[in-house]
Amino acid sequence: MALVSEPIRVLVADDNRTDRTLLSRIVAREGHRVIEAIDGVDAIEKFHAERPQIVLLDALMPRLDGFEVARRIREVPGDTFVPIIFLTSLTEADELARCLLAGGDDFMSKPYNSVILRAKITALERMRQLHVTMQQQRDEIARYNERLLREQQAAKDIFDSVAHSGCLAARNIRHLISPLAVFNGDVVLAARNPAGSMYVLLGDFTGHGLTASIGAMPLAEIFYGMTQKGFLLGDVLRECNRKLKDILPVGYFCCATMVDFNFQKGTVEVWSGGLPDAYITRRDGGGPAVPVVSRHLPLGVVSSSRFDASTEVFELADGDRLLMCTDGLLESRNDAGEMFGSDRMIAILDRGCAADAFEALKEAAYAHMGEQLREDDLTMVEVTMLDEREIDAPMPTYVASGQIGPRDWSLSFELGPSSLQEFNPLPLLQHVLMEVPALRVRGGVIFTVLSELYTNALDHGVMGLSSVVKSTANGFTDYYRRRVEALSALVDGYVRFEFTSRASDSGGYLKIRVRDSGPGFDVSILQAARAKLTGAYHGRGLSLLYQLCDSLTFHGVGNDVEAEFRWGGDGPA
Amino acid sequence: MTIRSEVSADGRGLTIAVEGRFDFSAHRDFRETYESLDTEPDKFTVDMRDATYLDSSALGMLLLLRDHAGGDAAEVRIVNCNPDVRKILTISNFEQLFEIR
Repeated sequence: MALVSEPIRVLVADDNRTDRTLLSRIVAREGHRVIEAIDGVDAIEKFHAERPQIVLLDALMPRLDGFEVARRIREVPGDTFVPIIFLTSLTEADELARCLLAGGDDFMSKPYNSVILRAKITALERMRQLHVTMQQQRDEIARYNERLLREQQAAKDIFDSVAHSGCLAARNIRHLISPLAVFNGDVVLAARNPAGSMYVLLGDFTGHGLTASIGAMPLAEIFYGMTQKGFLLGDVLRECNRKLKDILPVGYFCCATMVDFNFQKGTVEVWSGGLPDAYITRRDGGGPAVPVVSRHLPLGVVSSSRFDASTEVFELADGDRLLMCTDGLLESRNDAGEMFGSDRMIAILDRGCAADAFEALKEAAYAHMGEQLREDDLTMVEVTMLDEREIDAPMPTYVASGQIGPRDWSLSFELGPSSLQEFNPLPLLQHVLMEVPALRVRGGVIFTVLSELYTNALDHGVMGLSSVVKSTANGFTDYYRRRVEALSALVDGYVRFEFTSRASDSGGYLKIRVRDSGPGFDVSILQAARAKLTGAYHGRGLSLLYQLCDSLTFHGVGNDVEAEFRWGGDGPA
Repeated sequence: MTIRSEVSADGRGLTIAVEGRFDFSAHRDFRETYESLDTEPDKFTVDMRDATYLDSSALGMLLLLRDHAGGDAAEVRIVNCNPDVRKILTISNFEQLFEIR
């Protein structure tokens, strides 16, 4: 028979001295330490004082019988398991059953058989060990779980500060993020670029939890970093796609919609890959909601060479809204297992009160789900077109990298046709200009001027597109379509930037001269635009330039323009 | 959810049939259909006739299959999609990666 390997403490409680001595001897012979108790009260005291691991308990004892002792032992708080074997001369089935009901784990009839007693101690010790192991494992799991929750909470704090951040609190954004667990796979990012546009990205990573969340980190880094530097929507998306394709395992990806709200032009540019239709709703209930359809694969699926960053442009009046959601909303189920679905969504949006649509949709979704657990992340974002002056989200700030910066420098930078097609020079040039400390405080203005000059030179100069089309209905959409066509057909032409800057302790200047290969235009019509400060779309570009620069001069036939910024007392010679 | 598969007589085609909800619970079974083969098929067909629904992890599994089948050179068809299944594939623009019929 198997012996118990580790010696344990065994309490022997029997008022009969002969029986007690006999039992003690059998137990001691097994190598265990024996604690003797002469009656029930003594047994309880010894139990507390000596902490035995197994108790042998006579059923009938003076002062306190075995049944009562067993009950009291079982009432001791804590979860240490101490097996109890009843010792009894009783033979009635009812009496023996009573031993077990009172808290005993086994019983032993007198006269004692040492072989059976040893076997029972061994068996109960095995049970006790099992219980100890189970408790250790339970405690370990509890500790592990607690640590996991703590770590998840910390990770969630980090995640939230990265993934649901930027200018989400701006007055023209409403959003709803209801987490499924500590993490959800949904990401909402928003930031303004140096030209004052607002970029918003809604992303839904496949799966839930940690895996889904990890990809959000680089996505947010790229989004904020590149938006702040003035990269175009397509540039940001291409980089996000490349990064996610690199780091995510095959089969993991991010469905996303990214938009560029241009408050100056009253347009929204959209790229959508894998998310359900977004909707444009009009302020005054002007017609049904316009669906904005996903045209692309999600981010992180294909390599850079196959990635398609083409976008669509929609015109929005002040008060018009764009509503985006993840599939969590549409796939939320009611008690009957029926999905919320796009028909319900469209019906609500088509009620024609754009301002209330967001809340109405949220309420309808919650009402639909009732007490059901949410199956997915329920995330919605609504962005409203406003007059730029009403936007309260901050513009990017430029941090000084050097104390003094370059003081006497010039730079010439010319782009040929294939660069014009593929490359956006603005972030690079902006980066150079922001090395001049005095220009940093005007970073947003300078970026706007740079991009207006470049767009004029490329669109109207090199490609000869007329801005008049922009003033017709659907004009912007047509214009952007033509622009894409003209750009892909471009075979010659150039845009050349020349920068000259001087600075001293008392002041300085920056001249930006932009020349293009186009035929130029009749400079005299400018005077009209300048006098009117016209509100028409196509007039805004130039009047904006006149407002923002300290001076603006057209040279020659009009394909050569010079903008100037001055600070302090030193004007150009 | 049940996944059944069948290799064509010449050993070059594998058809995987999905029944019920095609979601993460199918992950293991779905992978096994093409990873545990003795032959190396070069034509893959996912039959959605009896699939009622698919979620984003199912899209991930389809991408895994495509990767296994050779990535951009892969020949993977998704056939017999019901309107719900079709809609999810369309939103994700998977017709750019798969032949969907």
